[in-house]
Amino acid sequence: MISVQNLTKKYGAQTVLNIGHLEIPKGQSFGLVGNNGAGKTTFFSLLLDLIQPTEGHVVSNDIRVDQSEAWKPFTSSFIDESFLIGYLTPEEYFYFIGELRGQNKADVDALLATYEDFFHGEILGQRKYLRDLSKGNQKKAGIVASFIGNPEIIILDEPFANLDPTTQIRLKGIIKDLAARQGVTVLVSSHDLIHVTEVCERIVVLNKGEIVRDIQTSAETLKELETFFAGKSSSMAE
Amino acid sequence: MKRKNKKRVPYCNKLHIFDTYSKNPSATPMFKKFASLQWKSFFRSSALGKSLGVKVLMGFFAVYMLVSLALLGASLFFLLQKTVPETDPLLVVNRFLLYWILAELFLRYFMQKLPVMDIRPFLILPVKKSSIAHYVLARSTVSIYNLLSLFFLVPFCTVLVMNGYPAPNVLFWFLGVVGITLSINYINFIINKSDKALIGVITVLLACYALDRFDVWPVTEYVGRLFYSLYENPFWVLLPLAVAALTYYINYAFLRNRIFLDAALRKNTRQVIAYDMEWTRRLGRIAPFLQLDLKLIWRNKRTKTQVFISLAMILYGLVFYTMEDFGPTSTMLVFVGIFMTGIFLMNFGQFIPAWDSEYYSMMMSQNIPLRTYLESKAVLIYVSIGAMFLLSIPYVYFGWEALAINFSCALYNLGVNVPIILFFGSMNKKRIDLTKSAIGNMQGAGAAQFLVGIPLFVVPLVIYFLVSFLVSFEMALILLSLIGTVGFALRKALLDKITKAYQRKKYGMVAGFKEKNS
Repeated sequence: MISVQNLTKKYGAQTVLNIGHLEIPKGQSFGLVGNNGAGKTTFFSLLLDLIQPTEGHVVSNDIRVDQSEAWKPFTSSFIDESFLIGYLTPEEYFYFIGELRGQNKADVDALLATYEDFFHGEILGQRKYLRDLSKGNQKKAGIVASFIGNPEIIILDEPFANLDPTTQIRLKGIIKDLAARQGVTVLVSSHDLIHVTEVCERIVVLNKGEIVRDIQTSAETLKELETFFAGKSSSMAE
Repeated sequence: MKRKNKKRVPYCNKLHIFDTYSKNPSATPMFKKFASLQWKSFFRSSALGKSLGVKVLMGFFAVYMLVSLALLGASLFFLLQKTVPETDPLLVVNRFLLYWILAELFLRYFMQKLPVMDIRPFLILPVKKSSIAHYVLARSTVSIYNLLSLFFLVPFCTVLVMNGYPAPNVLFWFLGVVGITLSINYINFIINKSDKALIGVITVLLACYALDRFDVWPVTEYVGRLFYSLYENPFWVLLPLAVAALTYYINYAFLRNRIFLDAALRKNTRQVIAYDMEWTRRLGRIAPFLQLDLKLIWRNKRTKTQVFISLAMILYGLVFYTMEDFGPTSTMLVFVGIFMTGIFLMNFGQFIPAWDSEYYSMMMSQNIPLRTYLESKAVLIYVSIGAMFLLSIPYVYFGWEALAINFSCALYNLGVNVPIILFFGSMNKKRIDLTKSAIGNMQGAGAAQFLVGIPLFVVPLVIYFLVSFLVSFEMALILLSLIGTVGFALRKALLDKITKAYQRKKYGMVAGFKEKNS
């Protein structure tokens, strides 16, 4: 589904991302972990053609993302609050995204109904603009908006941050379901190793822009990741 | 990556300042420290870190305004002596004081706001709430809006004294007017953006004017005398000063009891009504974008103010049409025509696509064809040009030439200036914070905004000037209209070209719009 060859991104002399080769098959739930500055958001921005790669390119479903816009209909994402339109109500925002993705109001309403649990009564019918919602609720709205229009690829940057425990648990269920039952390729980044190991079939560890681990999730994965990051912190302390 | 460092700077400053504060919680030096904090916040603000060109220009406008006010103050006495020789100039000024008060209330409603949000960090520090409240109010007392009237009053009063008016009386009158200014200042905060109060002010303003204009009841005559008594009988000066003190106290009492995060310091979140705007649906694929733009304009302070400014600018032509110096076919009137019918085109158009800067990365990764996005902006501007032309029809009072000029200018704007402004938009890289006010807000302005004025105005003016000079007035207007019509007919091809320009600049825009301190 997504294929990356010799992808690098440099700012001046500093290389922030350097990925030799990476294939993400369709329907995989893919987790990206790494410390701050490891290149997670940079990688996602390159997938969405929001920044220009210094070398190499991203191919999504046989489409080079920096040359054609044809990847847009089957790709959706929520990176941060800058993906929300502050002066719309959540409903208006969902309908707007729906329209962009060829879904009428009824389609969007039907989809939203399935996320009633997730919203926990704090998003719909609040008569508030998105800019006036709390950070957590903004995030909920953004995440659900990325599910509109049956995308084949969903990219979520740090989806668990700022969410309350109940919502985190629900989101984990949703992501697993999307990948397992609906064949959606879900890319998730997180600082929380427990969440990622629970949700993702495959976990890639980025460190200073390079892939240092590529793990098929198993019972030992969490231990392995913890050992890796603990080792990093002790080596940093020295 | 590099950019993150920039954002950290103000944060560090704040921490540093907190430090100095926590050491000294006593009340009187507190005020001085508040003031010094204010000073720092001004000089370290990102607004001041703008590009030099914008700074110079803003400084120039500020100086220009202050100098013109001071000059007006100095010359008004003589002007009035000349134009209304039979009445005491001071009395004439007093007559118009009422309009000035109402107009100021009206302007301040849009422009001035009590800066309560800035005091949030002090809540957890050992500072008395009463001194916070006094500080906020005192700060508004020395705001630019109050200083503006001083720039006018001081020279005016000086001239009065020099022309033999008794100094003590003038002084008392001066104090009285200052008291009125301060009262307006505090009343504005009590009104606190209530729409009803605004409508009240407008109604009183119009009613006074109507009563006067149609000789029903001489409001200005009567009120003028009232204000004149400030001068005649210094005792009356106590009244405006008392009102100022009272309104200050009302504000203080209100604020003092509401310095909590969930009361006065909370941003007002009004209940909103979601609209679906079904009627736009007829416009087909651009409908969602058009809806978004209409909501953008209506729900954000800066854009909303600009609509009002644009509508008010329809009166701009009166300045020129009432001047005898221009004939009915002067090139100046073409400037006015382009300006009036294209005011929204310029105000709104020059910042496309920066209006969407807050969520531009979403727009760029969402399933949005760039061309449709631009098309909807173009349609919005077309409609505005049409509306402004309709509003300008009453100028036909000054002769059929006025109507003809405005019509051909509207056509020229439609066909030529819309693509030009959209094309220049592809050079925008500066973020715009939608919630900030429009007036004096140069956020998002860069070199492109100044350059774009040249093709917008200079080209049609030169064409008109040359053709009307060499051939005839009618030919010049026909040519302008023809160029506009041709441009409009070619709009599809032009839009394709513009879309390409936007695509080329995409990465720069995404990165630029992310930068908050620009």
